[in-house]
Amino acid sequence: MEQSVEKLLRTKHLAHIWCPGCGNGTVLAATVRAIEHLGLDQDKTVIVSGIGCSSRASGYMNFDTLHTAHGRALTFATGIKLARPELTVIVLTGDGDATAIGGNHFIHAARRNIDLTTIVFNNGIYGMTGGQYSPLTPTGSYASTAPYGHIERPFDIAKLAIAAGATYVARGSAYHTKMLADVIIKGIEHTGFSVIDAVTQCPTSFGRKNKMGAPAAMLEWQRDNAVTVEAAAKLTPEQLAGKFIIGELHRSEAPEYVAEYDKVIARAQKGAKK
Amino acid sequence: MALEIKKEWCKGCGICVHFCPKKVLVLDELGKIFTRDIDKCVECGLCELRCPDFCFTLRKGKGEKVS
Amino acid sequence: MSRVVLMQGNQACAEAALAAGVRFFAGYPITPSTEVAEIFAARLPRLGGKFIQMEDEIAGMGAVCGASLAGVKALTATSGPGFSLKQELIGYAAMAEIPVVVVNVQRLGPSTGKPTAPAQGDVMQARWGTHGDRAAIALSPTSVRETYDVTVHAINFSEKFRLPVIILLDEIIGHMREKIALPDPSTLRIIERKKPAVPSGEYLAYKPDDDGVAPLAAFGDGYHYHVTGLVHDETGFPAGSASITADLITRLHTKVYNAKSEITLFDEYFMEDAETAVVAYGGTFRSAMAAVKEARAKGNKVGLIKLITIWPFADEVVARAAAKVGTMIVPELNYGQLVGEVHRAANGRAHIVSLPKVDGGVFTPQEILSVLDKEVG
Repeated sequence: MEQSVEKLLRTKHLAHIWCPGCGNGTVLAATVRAIEHLGLDQDKTVIVSGIGCSSRASGYMNFDTLHTAHGRALTFATGIKLARPELTVIVLTGDGDATAIGGNHFIHAARRNIDLTTIVFNNGIYGMTGGQYSPLTPTGSYASTAPYGHIERPFDIAKLAIAAGATYVARGSAYHTKMLADVIIKGIEHTGFSVIDAVTQCPTSFGRKNKMGAPAAMLEWQRDNAVTVEAAAKLTPEQLAGKFIIGELHRSEAPEYVAEYDKVIARAQKGAKK
Repeated sequence: MALEIKKEWCKGCGICVHFCPKKVLVLDELGKIFTRDIDKCVECGLCELRCPDFCFTLRKGKGEKVS
Repeated sequence: MSRVVLMQGNQACAEAALAAGVRFFAGYPITPSTEVAEIFAARLPRLGGKFIQMEDEIAGMGAVCGASLAGVKALTATSGPGFSLKQELIGYAAMAEIPVVVVNVQRLGPSTGKPTAPAQGDVMQARWGTHGDRAAIALSPTSVRETYDVTVHAINFSEKFRLPVIILLDEIIGHMREKIALPDPSTLRIIERKKPAVPSGEYLAYKPDDDGVAPLAAFGDGYHYHVTGLVHDETGFPAGSASITADLITRLHTKVYNAKSEITLFDEYFMEDAETAVVAYGGTFRSAMAAVKEARAKGNKVGLIKLITIWPFADEVVARAAAKVGTMIVPELNYGQLVGEVHRAANGRAHIVSLPKVDGGVFTPQEILSVLDKEVG
């Protein structure tokens, strides 16, 4: 890891807890590279995470860090941001954390367009508990709770976020780590609710059961199945079947919640003086 | 450039070995990373970029430093 | 300057919280607590504070925890079903030692039950509702005026001891309107959380002082500390040794129990010569007082103990009374919850009579008096 980035990590707590070849470390690295690139004030940046493999990332980052309860990271983050708007608040979560147990908080944070950047470590499985299927587990794949093949359809986190009102939505992968850092930078720069769907590999709980091979092979799967937004525009739905689209998927402007609440304060205080 | 390796963080996942274009990196008998022939290193930085365990740092200087 | 006003308990709670410095509210609408949220929605922005109606009860609890860690005094309000939903993060706040106040305006349950009917059925949930083990502080006011003082106490206790404090209002007190004299806010004794006195590199967010409580830095003040619901050491980072685990869980109890005399709020009436005592709390107290006065008028030596602090339970107060009276009667708007604690504290020194009421109504003084007459006779 680059020297310039290392100061943003709590290196005395390394090696981290993740399994060999887990992509979470790569997503974490992309996140701190993005923070370093932006030159965010370490004192004014808060990292909030939920529960699960992904959410242990907060503990390795040298900021004010909050490892909350399963699914609830966005609720704590909303309280922090609204109470102290000058802070940059970044939320680290997993696909199960964000879209199953925390699904309600996810869509409502998007609806409010509150200025948080949410990075979803999307490995399509519950890793910490040993490989149960998540809302992102692909149909037909195997999980410890889907021993005969998974019958549910997965969410598309990006489409979910866009439909719920998020104003910056992008996808990267552990393989496309420079692009991942780039969209995290843009997500943090964007004022409003930003979602980064970070496709990452779980070699232990997903890879083994689904015969994906070594961690490097799972990265190559990401390489071979990712299609950039630009390339996807020229492909048919049939050609895109089984692929995932990476890059900036959505950007729009909408009133941001904390700024809108400042207007409420102004209105209330004007009224109070009457 | 010198390649600094934090061996104690290595979990032997093999990602760096696989992606190293000059096959400089190998796993030892304990499954930890080491360099076989550092002079072949072209300083592409792929190991530093891809290692999920932050084991590699490219620094100014020459050769290899293992910690 | 004090002002005389007509207001309901829910409003007294909100007024006191604002006077005590609460500047953040997050919650979810639920009868019969909604007025608390509505008052904060109107008043907080005028004071530069923040109100947010969240997507559910859990989110309300999470947001107040976040705001508190950002250094702002925060409160949420709910009722029965919402109180159940909040239990997960009440446990989080206990483990992570986050000062917050949870107001539960009790209604009849289980489940949706009777949303507009008073009850005192959440007494045990306030103590044991979240999983795991920790000391709880729960306070239950008996009048609108007392709701004001109790709310200030609850906020002070949460800040001083770094934990979630529960206010057990009930539909009687929450919705009862009384003419009360509000104190001048400048006369209130307000306690602020301890702030670190060391530079950021030396700060340990979970290293307790002698009182068992560590100073709490605000996020954004440059201390770069870690907060987790996992078992952690004094640095705040996860640590799993047996001794660290035992020290932490023990301290979550002792920091409260060592200050029990300060936390235990109660009153005694006509107890000097009492041979029979009524133990009452919350909205039941006033009916008990009327019954006791009537019994006294008949010449019966009946006393009354008012418990404001429900948790930690006032063992010493009850034990002292049990040593001198023959019988203690415990009227409750539930099937008998706190009476178990009275039994435990009395430890056989007095005959304990449970007087449950679960029809969704309030106690009439006559209902308590008839039991008193029977026991005294």
